[in-house]
Amino acid sequence: MSGGHASSLAPGQRHNGDADPRRRFVGARVTRLEDPPLVRGQGTYVGNLGFPNQLHMRVVRSPVAHGVLRSIDTSAAREHPGCRGVWTGQDVADIPPITFRPTSVQGLEPYRQYILARDRVRYIGEPVAVVFAADPYVAEDIADLVTMDIEALPVLLSADAPPGEFAPGHSTEAGVLRKQFGDVDAAFREAHEVVEVDVRVGRHSGVPMEPRGALARHDHSRDVIELYGAGKRPHAHRDAVAALLGRSPVGMHFYEGHIGGGFGVRGEIYPEDVLVCLAALRLGRPVKWIEDRRENLLACNHSREQHHVVRAALDRDARILAIDAKLWHDQGAYIRTHGARVPDMAMGTLIGGYHVPAYRAVGHIRLTNKTPAATYRSPGRFESTYACERLMDAVAERFGLSPIEVRRRNLIRRDQYPYPRPMEILDHPVELDSGDFPRLLDRTLEHLRWDDLQAEIARRRDAGECVGVGMGFFMEKSGLGPVDGAKVNVDTRGKVQVVTGSSSIGQGVETVMAQICADALGVDYADVKVIHGRTDMIDYGIGAHASRATVMTGGATRMAALNVRRKALEFAAAHMIEAPIEVLDIVDGKVVRTDRPGEPGIPLGRVAAALAPSPEVVAFGIPGLTAEGWFETAGLTHPYGIHTAVVKVDPDTGGVTVERFHVAYDIGCAINPMLVEGQIVGGVAQGLGGALLEEFVYDERGEPLSVTFADYLMPTAREMPPVEVLLTEDAPSPNNALGMKGAGEAGITGVGAAIAAAIDDAIGKPGAIRELPVTPQRLRAILAGRPAGA
Amino acid sequence: MMDSTEQTRDIALEVNGRAVAEQVPVRLTLADFLRQQLGLTGTHLGCEHGVCGACTVLVDGRSARACLMLAVQADGRTVTTVEGLAPADGPLHPLQQAFHECHGLQCGFCTPGMLTTLAELLAECPRPTEDEVRVAISGNLCRCTGYQAIVDAALLAARRMAGDAEAA
Repeated sequence: MSGGHASSLAPGQRHNGDADPRRRFVGARVTRLEDPPLVRGQGTYVGNLGFPNQLHMRVVRSPVAHGVLRSIDTSAAREHPGCRGVWTGQDVADIPPITFRPTSVQGLEPYRQYILARDRVRYIGEPVAVVFAADPYVAEDIADLVTMDIEALPVLLSADAPPGEFAPGHSTEAGVLRKQFGDVDAAFREAHEVVEVDVRVGRHSGVPMEPRGALARHDHSRDVIELYGAGKRPHAHRDAVAALLGRSPVGMHFYEGHIGGGFGVRGEIYPEDVLVCLAALRLGRPVKWIEDRRENLLACNHSREQHHVVRAALDRDARILAIDAKLWHDQGAYIRTHGARVPDMAMGTLIGGYHVPAYRAVGHIRLTNKTPAATYRSPGRFESTYACERLMDAVAERFGLSPIEVRRRNLIRRDQYPYPRPMEILDHPVELDSGDFPRLLDRTLEHLRWDDLQAEIARRRDAGECVGVGMGFFMEKSGLGPVDGAKVNVDTRGKVQVVTGSSSIGQGVETVMAQICADALGVDYADVKVIHGRTDMIDYGIGAHASRATVMTGGATRMAALNVRRKALEFAAAHMIEAPIEVLDIVDGKVVRTDRPGEPGIPLGRVAAALAPSPEVVAFGIPGLTAEGWFETAGLTHPYGIHTAVVKVDPDTGGVTVERFHVAYDIGCAINPMLVEGQIVGGVAQGLGGALLEEFVYDERGEPLSVTFADYLMPTAREMPPVEVLLTEDAPSPNNALGMKGAGEAGITGVGAAIAAAIDDAIGKPGAIRELPVTPQRLRAILAGRPAGA
Repeated sequence: MMDSTEQTRDIALEVNGRAVAEQVPVRLTLADFLRQQLGLTGTHLGCEHGVCGACTVLVDGRSARACLMLAVQADGRTVTTVEGLAPADGPLHPLQQAFHECHGLQCGFCTPGMLTTLAELLAECPRPTEDEVRVAISGNLCRCTGYQAIVDAALLAARRMAGDAEAA
């Protein structure tokens, strides 16, 4: 292997799991069921779909960052022979602004976005009009003919600046979040030392390779609006879009095909999604919209931009007495679908895996004249982990201790779990379910050969190289409940179908669900077909976000499969084999007698055929070899990890080369270690982008400067270091039967923290890195002793 | 599809081993021609400005950005897309098989461009080093995998293809 994948879980081997002999697929590095059509170029991404007679929609966007929309001239557009419609805000005045998922935070409603701008525009890229044509090239021609008169207003581009006016009577400070427990002020009064950091994360985002798109049609035979290209939360967003259009949920269905990457931004409710549904309804023809990359970088959710001032009160042994955090969250121009979730999660997770007796956080949600921001993989946690770990490194410096020693003194011990924190995250009480961070640290140091690494770095420094190592410790949250369901059925040929309300955004959910189902039922995972992203096939679903799918949908799939298993055995025992149920089992898709090994079993397909509706079957129960399953959990699961980066700095150019990256992660139970490693390595790549390269830059007029891939730089194969993964299962979650915790965000959460610490170490200036991304310009300024950004 | 005022040309080319003769608007990109007119939607459009590499196809055996080429420029040429790497009803191309085995894809959107780029590399350089593979795909962006498994897959496919050649 080229990259030194070093999972501690060898193929087919597990440790610390229970010794269930049935685990044939759970824990195995089986290849993905998703792959065959994708490697052949047979994907069903929305851009590849189409219906006869469809129209293409093109969006006309605001060229001004903040202004009064005086008038829009659509006359030339309407005169174009290919024009099949032009809408401005007036044409959709009956559609309410786009809703968000509520939390207990009040007062955000005035900051919602209309699907087309009304009297004001608030960011460059805001949809102002849409045009329709039969050909996408012609639609672009027509869009160019729409002109508008905008009276510019002063722009607000910083969440730190004094708030301005969003609209008459509404400040650009949309809300202030507060969390607190313990006596913070007393702790600071009694502190031996107080250490403070002032650190920022830059504006960047998920930027999936597939641009956004949507295709809607009105199926008159059922009076259903169908939306293709859904993702992330098909059920919740179906309900929300139906409500915006004044339709009943049964009059609208969402369909998810392949999705070219999710990362939190794909599948949220954007103005364009609502517009295509409305257009299909009003124009009576299927309507397709595919954005170009410039639009994607202008108008798909941004994320991450946050300023933190964090203080720690410490006793004489560098143990934390209290942490006091203030943060300013740059929300961009409007509140989007996630509501207040990002700063809420940042504040709720900032103290990570440390024992903190008292904590206070105040978060300012500020609107600016930039693209609206929302969730991006590890929302809030990438930012807060970076802030917290910068603080811990500063504590180490103040006390003259090693960064590792400071962590050791403050990490929550294994015997302290379950570890409650008297506050809420997203309105859920916080209780860290299980963990053993000190052990993970020991294993990390051993795996890294820490002493050898330090000696090597010392040797290279003596030779004049600018190299350093840094770590980022993080506590994740995953498996947000409370309930999810799934349906499993077996057909007469023995093929199994799992219908979930999950969403597949490239992470391998079909394979993972098939593995879980296969072991619970007693079949081969390759015989299991997994449905996701279809609101017409299951009534409820949580989609795929926040590292929930494996825990919640996996839990539901397991319950449903166990119910099918029980049904098959009960029916077979009663009607097909004259044997007590206790001696029956399902192995390799056949019902067999455990007391008579060697006897041919009854294939499940035959059991399914025998369960076809008949008076006898109805007397037994519900026909069909089918069952639902529901999984409920009271608490979140909390995986945790340590990122370690080794970097080399070129003092002349300010360039940073990441030479090595190590991720140690305790996942409780890895359903498929190969897929978990894939999630982690991919997350590291995105994290390195946010730490070193990626930034949405604006000029002083609010003009976005990062609107091509030549300006918005993402890591290529040449920037990626070898990533080593140490995957452990030391702390299974007590909240589900398999001990599972989430995997989706493990690779990214600690990257900013580790890279900042490593660069500090390389240049010998503790605390120098205060702002991400660490671009060559910023690093040169730091090395020259100038203020960063100068 | 076409506007009546649209200027068009007739082109003839070979796509995935099949002769094709079509009338195309002069401004139609090769990528849109393949996707919309021929229904070969495996060629994906990720940026339409030549950076991401998702739309990479082989033109006369050389990798080319189908988003930066016009369909009329493909007149008389031979084009291979991801659909042409292996017969639809046959076994996978060794690169496709290795991507599957090494978990070299997640969402799959960049995969066609990665495969065509690597097909060109392995045709020219049957035993590439890891560095050579990384250089070859440095013009193809992937947002899911971190590239490591893609590099592993390319090296595995190269070993198998070279081994086959020796065996033959």
